[in-house]
Amino acid sequence: MDRGHYKIFLGMAAGVGKTYRMLQEGHAEVAAGRDVAIGYLEPHKRQETSDQARGLEVVSRRKVTYREVEVEEMDLPVLLARRPDLALIDELAHSNPPGLEHEKRFEDIADVLAAGIDVFSTVNVQHLESLNDRVAELTGVRVRETVPDSVLGTADEVVLIDLTPEALVARLRAGKVYPGENIEAALNNFFRIENLAALREVSLRQVAEDVESKRLTLHVPEPLGTREERVAAEVPQAVGERLLALVRPTPSSQRLVRRAWRSAQRLGTDLDLLWVKPPGKPIEGDVERQVTALRQLASVLGATLLIEEHDDLVAAVARVVRERGSTYLMVGESLPRKGLGRLREPLPQRLMKATPAGVDVRIVAHRGGREGSE
Amino acid sequence: VIEHFLVGLALLLGLFGGYLIASTRWRGKRSERPQQVHQILLPFTGTEISRRALDAALRLAKAEHATLMPAYLAAVPKQLPLECAIPAEAAKAMPMLEAIEQRATGQGVPVDARVERGRSYRHALSRLLEHESFDRVVVSATSTGAAGFSGDDLVWLLDKAPAEVLILRPGPEDHRVLTA
Repeated sequence: MDRGHYKIFLGMAAGVGKTYRMLQEGHAEVAAGRDVAIGYLEPHKRQETSDQARGLEVVSRRKVTYREVEVEEMDLPVLLARRPDLALIDELAHSNPPGLEHEKRFEDIADVLAAGIDVFSTVNVQHLESLNDRVAELTGVRVRETVPDSVLGTADEVVLIDLTPEALVARLRAGKVYPGENIEAALNNFFRIENLAALREVSLRQVAEDVESKRLTLHVPEPLGTREERVAAEVPQAVGERLLALVRPTPSSQRLVRRAWRSAQRLGTDLDLLWVKPPGKPIEGDVERQVTALRQLASVLGATLLIEEHDDLVAAVARVVRERGSTYLMVGESLPRKGLGRLREPLPQRLMKATPAGVDVRIVAHRGGREGSE
Repeated sequence: VIEHFLVGLALLLGLFGGYLIASTRWRGKRSERPQQVHQILLPFTGTEISRRALDAALRLAKAEHATLMPAYLAAVPKQLPLECAIPAEAAKAMPMLEAIEQRATGQGVPVDARVERGRSYRHALSRLLEHESFDRVVVSATSTGAAGFSGDDLVWLLDKAPAEVLILRPGPEDHRVLTA
């Protein structure tokens, strides 16, 4: 039996219209002649949402007593027995009370999909595990119900329901998101414009990354040749950027890292830091102190510090560029060349030749004395 | 022969005397230089730093051929892991460190910056004290208040820091701050 088609409507916050859009598309599917049923709907007392659900069949819910309170949950066995072509299941991050088939609703959804039923579902970006910390830092609000990011990866389609922060606040003020008594509290806490702007950015990036990863997965050529060749073949198809900065365990590298991080922020991309360590040299003393400082800085910035032991800097960089799919390379200014070294080609040129076509190399000047990267 | 011997002896004595004078001077000069590389810690929080504190730290660093270690202290909310990435804090810290480095480099002072996380500014500072060594700490009493070090923090620093602590009195020019 073929797995059902999975479509997720992703939003930056409650009230952007995920459920509404899911129901709209449900109606469109009914109009196209498909058998559609609502597996679970959470209208949050929103009139517009309830109106939109009208005319769609709703599978009955089951009542469960949890901590002496009776709650209504999706009835998975009934939905599976009903077997519609398409099931609309709201709020995939929801945690089920104990005693049901699964702990989480996204696991219920996996069963529905496995039964060959298509599923439309909804989730807010702050429920994604990897973004939970970032969202908590940005907004000061932490959600308890999280789902692994891989859940988004299992979807065949991810649709971002986008709304400007101003429009969402206007909807909130108009009482379209929460009842009147909760509006002021919401506006003063989670629903501040700066919070919503940050969440919107996170959501847009998340979907962009999802689109990019799907492009890469869909366009991988025949699995022939070495891994390096396959990765190299993938690189030009990547839409997003990935930045790699070459560092050394010296204080001057910190400026390069700051510059690289700023560029990564502007490009909305990940940052890798690479130190190509000469073979055989132990990491101790001052070097160890500086490596610890670099590691600490990378951790604060959310970057990845890679240490590669290799006697050929250019070859090591070229390999890492291919493996990581880097599209942008940042290096510090080279040391003044002495003696026979003057006859050698400068490092940036050698890097450009060794790395795949399309990888840009940028040189960051040192502010103080001349201290190079090679 | 005796004449040649005396001339040779005079030359030897002259060379020895010259060596003694040169070595005394060299030793004198060497003793003026610091015995080891000094580090001066300049902890700060938020998006500005007292110009008085920075200038004092730079003056000391220059006079002692020391390295300035500006350290941005970030308070990580309790609901987050202590070692998590803090991009919002980093967005404040990086431009500040860049501005400090620019000013230090202009005065020929080497910089080795840090960003330290903790549950509070004091916790971040104590973590920094654990794994970094420095000879002096420069803090400004003007930075006391909600955003920076409290009086208690400064007392704590005097007690715990294994280095000379320089707390700058509030001065008329304290409104001058360095911002990124």
